[in-house]
Amino acid sequence: MNKAPFRFIGKHRRAVEHKRFVVGKGRYAADIQLPGMLHIALVASPYASAKIKNIDASETLAMPGVHAVLTGEELCRHIDAMLPGVDAPQVTRYPLAFDVTRYAGEWVAAVVADSRALAEDAAELVNVDYEQLPCVVDPQEALKPNATLVHPAHGTNVIFHRKFVWGPVEEDFAKCDHQLSYQVSWARNATVPIETFAVACQWNDSTGILDVWASIQMPKFPDQVAKALRLPGNAVRVHFDVDVGGSYGVKRGLKHSVLVGYLAKKLGRPVRLVEDRLENMRGGDMQGPDRVFDVTLGFQKNGEIKSMKMRAVDDIGAYSGRSPLQLGKPVGAIVGPYRILSVEYDAMAVMTHKTPQEAVRGFGQAPTNYALETGIDKVARFLNMDRIALRRVNLIGKDEFPYLIPSGTHYDSGDYDTVMTKALNTAAFEDLLKERDHLRSQGQLAGIGISTCLEPSGGNSSFEPLFNPKNQTTTWMDSCLVRVDLSGAITALMGTSTSGQAHETMVSTVVGEVLQKEPDGIRVLHADSLNALPSNSPVGSRMAIMLGGAAAGAAKKIKQKLLTIAAHNLGVTAEDLVYEDGHVQATNNPSQKMSWDALVEIAHRHFHKLPEGMEPGLQEKFVWEVPTGGMLPTEDGRVQMYPCHSFESHVVLASIDPETFKVSIRKYVCGHDCGVMISPDVVHGMTYGGIAHGLGAALMEKFAFSPEGQLLSGTFMDYLLPSSAEVPAITIVDHCTPSPLTEFGQKGSGEAGYLGSPAAIASAVNDALSTQGAKIDHLPMTPQAIWTALNVARSAQA
Amino acid sequence: MSTPTSNNTRIDKKPIQIQVNGVMQQRHVEPRTSLVDFLRDELGLTGTHVGCEHGVCGACTVMLNDEPVRSCCMFAVQADDMRVTTVEGLAPERGVMTKIQDAFCEKHALQCGYCTPGMLMACHALVAHTPHPTEDQVRDAISSNICRCTGYQQIVDAVMYATQVEKK
Repeated sequence: MNKAPFRFIGKHRRAVEHKRFVVGKGRYAADIQLPGMLHIALVASPYASAKIKNIDASETLAMPGVHAVLTGEELCRHIDAMLPGVDAPQVTRYPLAFDVTRYAGEWVAAVVADSRALAEDAAELVNVDYEQLPCVVDPQEALKPNATLVHPAHGTNVIFHRKFVWGPVEEDFAKCDHQLSYQVSWARNATVPIETFAVACQWNDSTGILDVWASIQMPKFPDQVAKALRLPGNAVRVHFDVDVGGSYGVKRGLKHSVLVGYLAKKLGRPVRLVEDRLENMRGGDMQGPDRVFDVTLGFQKNGEIKSMKMRAVDDIGAYSGRSPLQLGKPVGAIVGPYRILSVEYDAMAVMTHKTPQEAVRGFGQAPTNYALETGIDKVARFLNMDRIALRRVNLIGKDEFPYLIPSGTHYDSGDYDTVMTKALNTAAFEDLLKERDHLRSQGQLAGIGISTCLEPSGGNSSFEPLFNPKNQTTTWMDSCLVRVDLSGAITALMGTSTSGQAHETMVSTVVGEVLQKEPDGIRVLHADSLNALPSNSPVGSRMAIMLGGAAAGAAKKIKQKLLTIAAHNLGVTAEDLVYEDGHVQATNNPSQKMSWDALVEIAHRHFHKLPEGMEPGLQEKFVWEVPTGGMLPTEDGRVQMYPCHSFESHVVLASIDPETFKVSIRKYVCGHDCGVMISPDVVHGMTYGGIAHGLGAALMEKFAFSPEGQLLSGTFMDYLLPSSAEVPAITIVDHCTPSPLTEFGQKGSGEAGYLGSPAAIASAVNDALSTQGAKIDHLPMTPQAIWTALNVARSAQA
Repeated sequence: MSTPTSNNTRIDKKPIQIQVNGVMQQRHVEPRTSLVDFLRDELGLTGTHVGCEHGVCGACTVMLNDEPVRSCCMFAVQADDMRVTTVEGLAPERGVMTKIQDAFCEKHALQCGYCTPGMLMACHALVAHTPHPTEDQVRDAISSNICRCTGYQQIVDAVMYATQVEKK
């Protein structure tokens, strides 16, 4: 299968989407202009915790051009609360604060005016009388028995806690020669798309339909908007053809859309909300995991790691969307690529008076990978063993698949050692060591970093019932419709939006492959939610697997229908026919044939030539269930999490400026195996971007808060994103271990790079610091953190 | 509580004329209207994007008298009597792409496309002065713009591809 003679899959092909973007004809939610459209500005809480005593909007309402001021009190009466993804019914959330505010930046009121500028002027005149209340900002404080409660009705700041034990952990530890404990932390950072969240809504009284254009990447968005607005699902039409300016998980915007939808319906005018950057940074649909890990590894003196205890405490902020569930995805790759036999995983999500978290690229997997990889390096250092040799001892072998990990997930396929070796060879590892040592001999701090990690992909629903037994969702299907019109042109329809993953290119490539037709002639459309087939959106690196599989499934049904029509008209059975480039001929008699055009003509117009019972026309849908999905977790929390498992291995050479303590990446190689790549350019692009994103997490990015709960990094001046000055030239080395579970052997790769680069870069920095007896076990490793670590080490040695 | 001063006074609009993509545009705008809002809202040129509104991300970059500027950090009235080129005006005519636009497509130098117009401006500004840049020069030039998708690699590849083709 590795060498499958694909015609279009795996080949360089220009992405269909690019042309509209490079000429400035993309159509994003903020580009939607509707006649009579009104604009929203938000009034936000200046306090992390406060009682709203009174809101006086009289001056605002007196301003010409102001149409409404909406407060939480009104809104809450007319909509249903958004509930957390876990079983905590008292932790309700509304688009606007009601009675109390729970983080600085929480929206208190929305002002609607003729223009955004006018709305901002008017918002300044809304007079809110607050009574400041005690707040809890530190998650450790939040866990104390007498802590201030973020949601008093919930009774505790812990919103989710479960200790999983998979296998004989204590026995395995007892048998180990050594054990090693450490703590690492992952700072609150995020994917920070350059487009903020935007949504425009229009209500039509006569049709009773709410039209929504939003920059979303979110499962069940239309259903959730409808539910919150107390509308039937078929009253909300979400337009999935809007271009989305990056997402990587965070483009959720449920509260934005409910707020704007409510106002559009109430005012009978189209209404738009486009977040400004500060609203985006602190508004609650942006920040990602914020975790402290306490890990103990049990291992033998030869380096074999036998068991692991991992405790993860995640500070999710003031409300819960999908955030506690981000502790769930790592269950499906909790041992990484290693043969660890038993695991205790103590997962806890705690609430504080901070901006809430949202789903971020990898859905919690990148922090877990960083925590595990840090431990692998620590074990190597403890045993005075080479880090690569230690990995080789523990990596699951290529003949061991499907491999069952203690938490109940089978890894589908892989060849980890080979991928790591390829990366090392490409990096010319021996030369890299010499270069590092040469730098060191010149008095510089330099280090090499290694990471090996998994990318679970094909997002399914299994973390939902795992983290909330009341939620019995066991399918996250995806689907595609393929039709051939009377002229023979092919069109495919998908039911989701795109935020840069080139789904149109992927679907046309797949349909072209199956039907043996030039993909550039195949048009791919994004449906709207009222005429779309079911989709769970691109979350969880699932579209190559799920949408690709659905598109192939629909195309195969078209092909089969053409074969059936040909067989009927040629007087043979379909098994005696061969399909080539859309034409059909008899295997044994090439003169018996029918052309694509003739078959299409029959399907559309010659009912008398169709087999009895066949529907006329050429239009087929295929709804695909996630491979290995469809199951509830066992009582002890074992679950087949995601179906496919890509693998990556990073090799990094970094140096630290001795005066500024800034880290420079001098060499970066990533070995990557995501099975068969449908569009290699797209996969490589996402991997490069993921590495850059991980570099930010490792070295630069942090949503910092003051002890009073004020966000200290709400602009790009103080929340630092990597530019081309920080991101090095990157070399990707491909390897292909096809997945046995998917149509073409593809696996997911939307989170590639990001899942392994923070660990690798941290590994390089710690290798550099090790020469000074220093170390850092928290991200980001900023110049200040490095300076501090070196000073701590020096004063300890003094 | 502060007392509003200009509550019921409409802000006076100023007449401006700006040549945008070769076409003279005469409008009356509020002095506080940013150039990017003018381009997007008044002229419907939505190719120029708003990213951070404080001059860091570069998504709003346009050419002002042939030099790249942040259109979010200046007012439309400041561009009075000047020439502005947006992404819609990069190519000489409809249906045509510049070499760099074409190279962006060929080398997959974008994903979501949101930073792309600003990034194209940075690349065109570079090539206007340095027709055959080195990779380091490209990296230096585009360090003015943040892209969250590409990791910059394929953007560098695209500019090198476009400028090397020209050499041949």
